[in-house]
Amino acid sequence: MSILVNRATRVICQGFTGSQGTLHSEQALAYGTQLVGGVTPGKGGSYHLGLPVFDSVRAAAEETNANATVIYVPAAYCKDSILEAIDAGIELIVCITEGIPTLDMLEVKARIGISGARLIGPNCPGVITPGECKIGIMPGDIHLPGKVGVVSRSGTLTYEAVKQTTDKGYGQTTCVGIGGDPIPGTHFVDVLGLFQQDDATEAIVMVGEIGGTAEEEAAEFIKTEVRKPVVAYIAGVTAPPGKRMGHAGAIIAGGKGTAHEKFTALEAAGVRTVKSLADIGEALAEVTGWE
Amino acid sequence: MNLHEYQAKRLFADYGLPVSVGYVVDTPDEAVAAAERIGGTAWVCKVQVHAGGRGNAGGVQLVDSTDEVRSFAERWLGTRLVTVQTDADGQPVNQIYIEACTGIERELYLGAVIDRSISRIVVMASKDGGVEIEKVAEETPEKIFRIAIDPFVGAQSFQGRDMAFQLGMAGHQVSQFTNLFNNLMNLFNKLDCSLVEINPLVITDAGDVHCLDAKINVDGNALYRQDGLRSMRDISQEDAREVQADAFGLNYVALDGNIGCMVNGAGLAMGTMDLVKLYGGNPANFLDVGGGASQEAVAEAFKIILSDTNVRAVLINIFGGIVSCATIAEGIIAAIEEIGVDVPVVVRFEGNSADRGSERLAASGLNLIAASSLVDAAEKAIAAAGGSA
Repeated sequence: MSILVNRATRVICQGFTGSQGTLHSEQALAYGTQLVGGVTPGKGGSYHLGLPVFDSVRAAAEETNANATVIYVPAAYCKDSILEAIDAGIELIVCITEGIPTLDMLEVKARIGISGARLIGPNCPGVITPGECKIGIMPGDIHLPGKVGVVSRSGTLTYEAVKQTTDKGYGQTTCVGIGGDPIPGTHFVDVLGLFQQDDATEAIVMVGEIGGTAEEEAAEFIKTEVRKPVVAYIAGVTAPPGKRMGHAGAIIAGGKGTAHEKFTALEAAGVRTVKSLADIGEALAEVTGWE
Repeated sequence: MNLHEYQAKRLFADYGLPVSVGYVVDTPDEAVAAAERIGGTAWVCKVQVHAGGRGNAGGVQLVDSTDEVRSFAERWLGTRLVTVQTDADGQPVNQIYIEACTGIERELYLGAVIDRSISRIVVMASKDGGVEIEKVAEETPEKIFRIAIDPFVGAQSFQGRDMAFQLGMAGHQVSQFTNLFNNLMNLFNKLDCSLVEINPLVITDAGDVHCLDAKINVDGNALYRQDGLRSMRDISQEDAREVQADAFGLNYVALDGNIGCMVNGAGLAMGTMDLVKLYGGNPANFLDVGGGASQEAVAEAFKIILSDTNVRAVLINIFGGIVSCATIAEGIIAAIEEIGVDVPVVVRFEGNSADRGSERLAASGLNLIAASSLVDAAEKAIAAAGGSA
């Protein structure tokens, strides 16, 4: 089992014929993802990477029965692309693009909330169920089908966590990059809830960072709803207040959103926290008793 | 992006928010001329810097003669203001704002921010104005009134009226405040703000609602569609190295340690700094060199990191994803040969072709120290920089 995506997931790509869309679609196909087509307005009727190109998401969804989409279009057009995917009835929308204006995301988020669709990202590496379906920019070969659910606000930091669980031989059920923006489509609590319900997921790794209160909300949720061992790492202990640390959402504002507060909240919820990102795999071994 | 008070007040005026008459000046003569143009017998002089806490630092002064206007301008222009919110060097004072004096009956607080936990713009108000709102929120949260704005229908007049009554307003003040509330939200949306703050909002001695201060932060991601705001950026108020990094699309934040860090990915860059600190070292900076860590990006990153004279060693931490570490190694070698690096460089590769990348570095003949793990990299960088702090 897994969450969000599996080998039955039928994926289209918005921004399919652009450089990012092309590069990562090639990688997804090589991984075995069921990529069934793409959307580039004005190029409908043509073929790219051996797959049909459509003028609209609606046309692509009707022709291919796609139930997921990945978005690589530039930030200025992402609101339009996400709303188009919602309108076409796509269930899972993964937006990789960084730099979407926050006010655009407020509108998108409100629309997502009443649509029943799920948005992962933006500003994220994507979602992967190892051996089955890779949607996004993560390197496929560091993953291993297995029993750990991984959820993270960061890209390369996720890869570090994944690599450690792979090196230990535990593998992953699904890895979800929820993204580094202040207004993500999906929060920690949403993914934690899915992992709790997924029988194949035996333990969870959560990678947070400074800014906002998503980790504190996750801690509250874990306390009452999650019955599986959770290992958490928070980046940004050394980050100075008031500075944006690369990600739009990674900022200590008005003295709030520090790594210390997040560690404290998670520890109070019984989560095993690690102060060194090199210790994630080891901590997982300790809390689960796995070899 | 932060704006100066005088810029924010111009925008306030454009959107129908009540502000005082004022002029921004950069010489003492202009300061006196501005006071004369405003008229009256009392003025407020305010240094224009991107930092709060100006008043307590002496950067805001009520004066009642043009001689005092001149001496305020002479005292501050060309100097730096140190406040509780700046570093020890303070912020450069290149401009001051001369404003008409307002008689105050009471001071309130009004602000609008994006509340990340509910994905809404939230307007906050308090009867306790003129003080640090974070402090009010911490100590007496019940004194802050909040209203969330629906993204579909926007701010509504009834919400403004509710807030006016909560703030103890009556009579014509209620409609004045409701207008102000609607105009504030219009400005917030049209200008892609991330924060607008009026602290204090005052009731004047004539009984009118008036914006005595104005603070606007703009969403940097939206500047591409805010032509009028882009030109308002004042880079003199920003760290020079951060500005330089920004021009090359790199994210850099200066810290006060001696180990320069170059990492691909923002989260991993923070994680690397934290690891250096955890093992007893002190990171000199945050720097995200981008996922692919191209030769050009690495070269620019080296220049920025090494322009900090505290740096004694550089730690490069790369997780090769789609791009192979062997390719990134070529870029690092070329960048070092291009610009010349005279401090030890510790490199840790992980992921795609990490071994081939390390072999390539070892064969380069350059002063590069290969690290076998994250912890090894941190320890080697700390040793190379002269040991624990």
